[in-house]
Amino acid sequence: MTSYLIRAASVLGGERTDLYLADGVIAALGPDAAAAAPRGDGGSAVEVVEIDASTLIALPGLVDLHTHLREPGREDAETVASGTRAAAVGGFTCVHAMANTDPVADTAGVVEQVWRLGQDAGWAQVRPVGAVTVGLRGEQLAELGAMADSAAAVRVFSDDGMCVHDPVLMRRALEYVKAFDGVVAQHAQEPRLTAGALMHEGVVSAALGLTGWPAVAEEAIIARDVLLAEHVGSRVHICHLSTAGSVDIIRWAKARGIDVTAEVTPHHLVLTDEAVRGYDPQFKVNPPLRTAADVAAVRAGLADGTIDIVATDHAPHPDEDKDCEFAAAAMGMTGLETALSVVVEAMVNNPDHDFGWADVARTMSAAPAAIGRVSEQGRPLEVGEPANLVLVDPEATWTVDPPALRTASSNTPFAQRELPARVVATFWRGAATVLDGAPREALRERAGAGA
Amino acid sequence: MRHLLSAGDLSRAEAVEILDTTSTMAATQSREIKKLPALRGLTVVNLFFEDSTRTRISFEAAAKRLSADVINFSAKGSSVSKGESLKDTALTLAAMGADAVVIRHQASGAPHRLATSGWIRTPVVNAGDGMHQHPTQALLDAFTMRRHLVGGGEGGDGVGEDLTGAKVVIVGDVLHSRVARSNVDLLHTLGAHVTLVAPPTLLPVGVDTWPCAVSYDLDASIADVRPDAIMMLRVQRERMSSAGGGFFPSPMEYSRRYGLDGTRLAALPEHCVVMHPGPMNRGLEISAKAADSPRSTIVEQVANGVAVRMAVLYLLLAGGTPTEGSR
Repeated sequence: MTSYLIRAASVLGGERTDLYLADGVIAALGPDAAAAAPRGDGGSAVEVVEIDASTLIALPGLVDLHTHLREPGREDAETVASGTRAAAVGGFTCVHAMANTDPVADTAGVVEQVWRLGQDAGWAQVRPVGAVTVGLRGEQLAELGAMADSAAAVRVFSDDGMCVHDPVLMRRALEYVKAFDGVVAQHAQEPRLTAGALMHEGVVSAALGLTGWPAVAEEAIIARDVLLAEHVGSRVHICHLSTAGSVDIIRWAKARGIDVTAEVTPHHLVLTDEAVRGYDPQFKVNPPLRTAADVAAVRAGLADGTIDIVATDHAPHPDEDKDCEFAAAAMGMTGLETALSVVVEAMVNNPDHDFGWADVARTMSAAPAAIGRVSEQGRPLEVGEPANLVLVDPEATWTVDPPALRTASSNTPFAQRELPARVVATFWRGAATVLDGAPREALRERAGAGA
Repeated sequence: MRHLLSAGDLSRAEAVEILDTTSTMAATQSREIKKLPALRGLTVVNLFFEDSTRTRISFEAAAKRLSADVINFSAKGSSVSKGESLKDTALTLAAMGADAVVIRHQASGAPHRLATSGWIRTPVVNAGDGMHQHPTQALLDAFTMRRHLVGGGEGGDGVGEDLTGAKVVIVGDVLHSRVARSNVDLLHTLGAHVTLVAPPTLLPVGVDTWPCAVSYDLDASIADVRPDAIMMLRVQRERMSSAGGGFFPSPMEYSRRYGLDGTRLAALPEHCVVMHPGPMNRGLEISAKAADSPRSTIVEQVANGVAVRMAVLYLLLAGGTPTEGSR
C-alpha cells in the first residue's frame, strides 16, 4: 500500500501545509504529517511517495453531478472506464452518471450495472442517476424506490435530455422521492416551445435561419417547478441553468425559502451564441449557448450563491455525429477535463467576481456532494477525512488538444483554446488516480491483476 | 470571391460586378445562338437535397450555356438523419472531379459546412439553404430592380450603378424565408431602403437588429413608403395549421391583411414593380390581377435568374474577378 506525503500544499489557496495520506484517509496534517510518515528504512511495508506541492493548491476531490458516461448502449462515445479516467484527469473523484443510456437507467438492474462498472474501473466513485420516468418518456414513474434501495443507492433522479413536463407527474416525483431523501434534477425545457430548436432564439438565430430555443422555455419550467416544490415541501434541483431570467427566478425562490438548488455548466460560463455563426456543430448543445448578458448573469449567480454548483454536462459524441450539417448533429460537448480550468478562467481569474479557491471547492465539490447525498465526498481537508483530493497548479496554462484528452470522444468546444490551471494529481480513497497530470494506467492494471 | 454562400458576404463592389456581368450574360441570351465557350471542359455538379425543379433547371441552363458539363445529383429523401452523410456525398463528388458544386439543402448552413469543413476544395454556390440564404435569388431580384428602377427598363441595365435610395417593401413569411434574409442583406449593401411587412408571428425574434424597417401593416406601408418595388413572399398554406405552427388563423385572413389584391395594386405608385420569387400561391399572397399586371416582373425574374447564375459561375470558375484575387 502506497501512502503519500504532500509537501507544502496551499489548502483551498490558503496557508501551506503538509498532508499525509494513508489507509484511505488524511492521516496527518501540518508539522505532524512528516513525522507520521514512516521512514524509508526498509523496515516498513508502506511505500511513501513524497510530492512537492509548494506551487500547488489542494482542493477536495471534485464531484460532478451531471456526467454522461454513455454505457450501457453507446460505448462508441464513452464507457464508464474511459469517462471516469477522464474525470480523474479533470480532478474529479466522484461523478453522477446520467440515466439516458440504452437501456435507460430506470431500473435497479441498470443502475447497479453502472455502479459496478464504476467500481471495476477504479478511477472515481460512480453514483448512478436514476430516470424519473420509465424510458424517459414522461408518462409513468420509474421504480424510484427500488433504485434508491439498490446497491447503487440512487439519490438523484433525472430524465435529463428530456423535461418532466407533465406537471402532475413532476409533482408526484417531487413528493415520492422524499421517502428516501432523493432529489429530482429537472432538465427545464418546455417541449412545445422548443420543437425543432437548434440554438438560442435571438439575433444570431434570426440571421442564421436556425430554429430558436427561447429562454422562456427554460424559465417557465423552472418557475413552475420551484412553486411545485414549495407546495409539496420537496427539494428540487435545476440542471444546467442557462439564462438570466432563470437566475432571477432561482434568486426569488431562495429568498422565499424554497428548497431549490441549481447548476451551471462550464460552457455556459464562457461561450455565447455568437460561436454558432460558423455553423460548427461543436457548439451545438442543449440548453443552447446563450447571449453575453446571460453569461454575465450566470457568472454573477454563481458568485453570489444563487447558483449552487458547477456541473459539467459532459456529453461525449462520436465524430460522425458532429462532422455533418448543424441540424443533423448531436447536441452536447465534453467537459470533464476542461471544467476546472474554465471555472478558473471565468471566475477565479476574473476580477469582476470575488470568487476564490474556497468557492471552487464549494461549488465543484462540497455542494454537489451534499445535493447528491454522497457522504464521503466534498469533505474538508482535515485529519480523519477520506483522502479524496486534487492538487492544482494555478499558474500553469495549457492548450486544449482534442486527441490528447482522455475522454473517448473529441467533441470539445475548447479545441486549441489556451486555458489556465492544470490538475497535477488526483487522489481517490487515498490512491493516486492521476500523478504528474497523467492517469496512472499501470497502477490500475496492477491493482486489477492483483484483485 | 471563392464561394457564394451568403448575400451578406458580398461587398458593394462585388455585388455590382456580378450585376454588371449578369448584364453582359443577359445580352448574349437574346442572340440566336445562346451558348458561350467560357467553361468548356469544366464540370458543375447540382447537388439538390431538396426538391426545387425551378432553381435546378435555372442553374443547369446557366452552366450549359457556358459550355460546362453538368451533373445533377438529386439526393431528395436523403434527409439529414438517414442515408449517406453530406460529408461522404462531398467526398464522392470531389473524387469524380467536380469543379464547382451548387447545393440546395434543407438544413441552414449546409453550404457553409460544405465550403469550410475541408471535405472538398471546389467553389460552392448556395442555391438555398433552409431558412438561411438564397443569394442568387437576391442577385436576380436586385438585377431586375436595377434594370427597371435605374436603367429605365428597356435597353440600359444601370451598369456600374447600385440601388441607392430605392424603396423596397417585402411582404410575407419572413420567418421561414431565405429569400427575405438574402434580399435584406444585398439590398442594404446596394443602398436600398427595405421595409419588411408581415404578421408578427412570421417575423423572427431579433429582426429588430436587421438593417431594415419592419411593419405589421401592409396598407400603411404602401401609403407611407411609396415603394419602388414590392416583393411578395410565398406563404405556405400549412403554416396556419397547428401542426404547421399555427402562425395565422386562416388563409382568408392572411390574404385580407397581407395579400396583394386589386385595391392595394392600385394604391402602389405608378412606377412600382411587382415581384415574386415563385412559385406563387395565386389568391393567397398575390392576386391574379397583380401577378399578371404589366408592372409584374415575375416572369422576367425567371429569365434574369439564368443570366445571374451564368455570371456567378463565370466569376467563380473562369476567374476574372478584379475585386478579390483569392482564386
